[in-house]
Amino acid sequence: MKLKRQVFSYPYIVWMLIFILVPMLLIVLFAFRSDSGLTLDNIASALSNEIYMEVLGRSIWIALKATVICLILGYPIAYILSTMNKRRAAILYVLFIVPMWMNFLLRTYAWQVLLDNNGVLNTLLGLLGLPSQQILYTEGAVMLGTVYNFLPFMVLPIYSVLVKLDRSLVEAAADLGANPITCFIKVVLPQSVPGIISGITMVFIPAITTFAISRLLGGGKFLLYGDLIENQFITLGQSAWPIGSALSFILLVLVLLSMAVMRRAERDSGEEGGMIW
Amino acid sequence: MQQMKKTAFLLIIVMVISLFAGCAQGADTVTLNVLNWGDYIDEELITRFEDETGIKINYTTLANNEEMLVKLQQEDCIYDICFPSDYIIEKLIGMDLLHEINKDNIPNLKNIDPRFLDLDFDPDNKYSVPYMWGTVGILYNTTMVDDPVNSWDILWNEKYAGQILMYNSIRDTIGIALMKLGYSINTRNEADIAAAEQALIAQKPLVQAYLGDEIKDRMIGGGAALAVVYSGDAMWCMDPEDGNPDLAYACPDSGTNLWFDNIIIPKSSKHTAEAEKFIDFLCEPDVAAQNAEYIGYSTPNSAALELMGDDYINNPTYNPDPAYLEKCEIFHDLGDFINVYNDAWMRIISE
Amino acid sequence: MKKLRNFFRGTYLGLMLVFLYAPILVLMVFSFNGSKSMARWAGFSFKWYEALMHDSTIMNALIVTLSVAVISALAATFIGTFAAIGIYSMKKRPRAIVENISRLPMVNPDLVTGISFMMLFAAMGIKGSYTRMLIAHITFNIPYVIFSVMPKLRQSSNLLYEAAMDLGCTPMMAIRKVVIPDIMPGIVSGFVLAFTLSLDDFVVSWFATDGIQNLSIYIYGIARRGISPKINALCTIMFIVVVALLVFINLKSINEEHAAETQRKKLRATR
Repeated sequence: MKLKRQVFSYPYIVWMLIFILVPMLLIVLFAFRSDSGLTLDNIASALSNEIYMEVLGRSIWIALKATVICLILGYPIAYILSTMNKRRAAILYVLFIVPMWMNFLLRTYAWQVLLDNNGVLNTLLGLLGLPSQQILYTEGAVMLGTVYNFLPFMVLPIYSVLVKLDRSLVEAAADLGANPITCFIKVVLPQSVPGIISGITMVFIPAITTFAISRLLGGGKFLLYGDLIENQFITLGQSAWPIGSALSFILLVLVLLSMAVMRRAERDSGEEGGMIW
Repeated sequence: MQQMKKTAFLLIIVMVISLFAGCAQGADTVTLNVLNWGDYIDEELITRFEDETGIKINYTTLANNEEMLVKLQQEDCIYDICFPSDYIIEKLIGMDLLHEINKDNIPNLKNIDPRFLDLDFDPDNKYSVPYMWGTVGILYNTTMVDDPVNSWDILWNEKYAGQILMYNSIRDTIGIALMKLGYSINTRNEADIAAAEQALIAQKPLVQAYLGDEIKDRMIGGGAALAVVYSGDAMWCMDPEDGNPDLAYACPDSGTNLWFDNIIIPKSSKHTAEAEKFIDFLCEPDVAAQNAEYIGYSTPNSAALELMGDDYINNPTYNPDPAYLEKCEIFHDLGDFINVYNDAWMRIISE
Repeated sequence: MKKLRNFFRGTYLGLMLVFLYAPILVLMVFSFNGSKSMARWAGFSFKWYEALMHDSTIMNALIVTLSVAVISALAATFIGTFAAIGIYSMKKRPRAIVENISRLPMVNPDLVTGISFMMLFAAMGIKGSYTRMLIAHITFNIPYVIFSVMPKLRQSSNLLYEAAMDLGCTPMMAIRKVVIPDIMPGIVSGFVLAFTLSLDDFVVSWFATDGIQNLSIYIYGIARRGISPKINALCTIMFIVVVALLVFINLKSINEEHAAETQRKKLRATR
C-alpha cells in the first residue's frame, strides 16, 4: 500500500522534468557546445580568466560575511520570537515578512535615499554634531543591502526549529545547575543546527548571485558574480552565452558541492536535511 | 477538506479564463505591442491614437538597449514597435531583423529635420525614423564647481575627488576617456583602448560611483558635484519645478557623443501597416511637440520644435548650435570587437 | 531581573524592526512629496494618490502582480504538497534524485533561470504572456513549498496514514482527512513563502515573458526616468491594507479567545 503514495508526486515529476530539468539542460548544453560538437573550452576559458575568478572569490567572501552577519542578527530574533506566546509571535513573524512584499527595487532605492550624502542618515549625524560620512557606494552599503534583503530568510527557518524545541530539556539542564549560558550552548544551540543550516543555505546561495544590490548601493565599483553573468548574457549578447552558461555552470557545481558539505554537517548533528522553515 | 476541492476547482477556472483572456482580443481589432523606455512617451498620446484609429496599443517598458536586443533576437518576438539607439539599429540591420519601412505610409516624415535623416547607422532611413536625440555632457553643481566646465579633463581634476559620477555603461564611459584622449569613440585600435583603460583606472579613486539612472536623483539631491549625463536627463535635472536650480549642463568644446533613439519595426511584426500608422502619428507636429515637452528630450521634428516656442529653440542644452554638432560623433556597432571594450571595462571596475 | 531581560529583548526586536521598516517608511513619506524626485522634499501633497487612481498602466500591473502571485502560490502549494507527500514515501535513491533536481531552481541565479525559460518557451511555442509568467512563477515556487512541507511530514507519524487506510480510507481520503491536517503549518508557510517570492520577482518574469508587465517590470522600466511617486503611493496603500488585515485578524483571534474564555467560565459556573 505504501507504494501508492508516490503516485501523488507524479504530476510534479512531469512538471519538474519539463520546466526544471529541460531548461537546465539547455544551459548546460550552451556551456559545453561548440560548432563541432562538445567542448570544454568555455569552461576552461572561464576558469582561466583571472578577473572572473577574482570576482567569484570576492562574491563568495561578501556572501559569506553577509551570511554571518545575518546569523548573528537573526538568531536572537528567532530565539526571542520562539519564547513568546504563540499569537504574539505569529504577528511579529508576519511583520518580519511584510517588508519583502514591497518591491525589491523600491526598497533598494529607498536605501539610496537613506544613505545619500545629504540623506536621512547623514542629516541625523549632522544633528548630533558629527561629520557627514560617505556611506552610499561603499562596500559597507553593499553589505547592508544584502543583509537587509536576506535577514528574514535567516530568521524564519531558525524560528521554526526553535519553536518545536523541547523546553523540558532546558528546564532539566537548569535544574541540574547549568547557568543560562551553558544551558544555551549545550542544549538549545545543538538542537537548532538544522534551522541554522537551512538559514545559511537560503541566505548564502542567493547572496552570491544577487545582482542589483552591488550596482545600486555599491555604485558599480564592486563587481559581483551576478553582475558578471548578467554582463555575459545581456551586454555582450548571444555570442557570449556559452561563456555565460559556463559561468553559471561553475557556480552551480560550487553550490551543489557546498550543499553536500552542509548536508553532511547536518547529518552529523543527528537530524536529516532539507528543512527550510 | 471540502474547501480544498473548491479551491482547486476555482484555480482551474481562473487558469482557463486567463488562457482565454489572452486569445479573446485578437478577433478584429489589431493590437500593437510597443516596447519602449520607461516614461518615454506621453501616455495620453497612446489613448489618443487608440481613439483615432481603433488600433489597440499594448505598451511595455524596459531600461537598457542590450536587453532590448535580447528581446528582439528571440525567434518568437512579439513586438511591433521599438525605440532602440543608433548603434543598436546598425546591429539590428546587420542581423536582418528590421522591417523596411514603407515611406508612403509616413507622409509626416517631411517634418523631420533633414540634419537627422540619412545618417551612417541607417543610410536613407530605410529602417528607422528619428524619435529623440541629444548629446552627452557634464552636469555640474554651480555651488560646488568653480572651474570652467569646457573639457572632459575636469572629470580627472583631483579637486573633485569623491564628487564625480560616471555612467556604468561600457561604451559611454570608455567613450568619454577616448574623447578626452582625442581618439574616436568607435576606435578599433587596441592601443587606444588600452590608453583609455589606463585613464579610467587613474580616474577611479576620484569617482564616487558608476551609476545608471540614479545619477539624476544624486545630482538633484546635491550628492555629487559633477556627473556625465545625456542632455535630455540634464533638462530634467535642471527643471525649475522638479529639479535643482544650482545645476548647469555643458558639453566639452572639443565635441561629444551625439545620440539618437529611433523608431523601428521588427521584421517579425505582423501588423506593419498599423505600426507605420503609429509612427506617422508620432511624427505629426502637435503630437511630437506634446510628446517632447512631456519627455524633455530633444525632438528631431522641426515642425514640432517651431510649435514649442523660443524657450526650447534658444536653449543650448535642448537645441545645441548646429555648427557644434559637426564636431560630434555617433556610436557605431563594434561587432565582436565589443569584447575588447568589455575586457577593459571588467579590469577597470574590478581594479 | 526578568523585567530587565524583557526590556532588552523588546529593544532588540524593536531595533531590528526599525532596520527592516526604515526604507519602507522612506517610501511612504515620499509618496506625499510635492516634487517628483525622491532626492528633495518639496512640501506635502496628495497629488500622487490622485494620479495613481487614473494610471491604468500601474493598475494593470498591480492586477497582474497580485493575480500571478495568488494563482501561482495556490497552484504551487497544491502541486508541491502532493509532491512532498509522494516524494517522502519514495525509496532513498529516487528520492535523493528528485529532491536534488527540485533544489536547482533555488540555487540557480534568477537571471539564468529567466533566460533558460525564455529559450524553453520559444522552443515549445508557448505564446500567451500570462501563461508564461504563471508557469515560470509556479516552477520557482514549487520547491519552496516542497521543502516547507517535508520537515512537517518528517515530524508527523506514518502510522496515522496506515491507520486511516486500515480503517477503510482510500489513499486520497487518508491524505485529505489525516495527513494534510497534520502538516497544515508547513503548507501554510510554503504558501506564504511562494506568495512572497512571486510578488518580489523581477528577473525571471522579465526574461520569461513579453508584452506583459507586473509591478517589478514596470518599476524597472520607469527607473530610467526616475521612480514616480505614484509607485510610492501604491506601496503605502498596499502596506496599510496588509497592516489593517493583520490588525483585523489579530483582533478577531483575541475576540475568539475571549469568547472561548467566557464560555469556559460559564461552563465552570454551571457545574
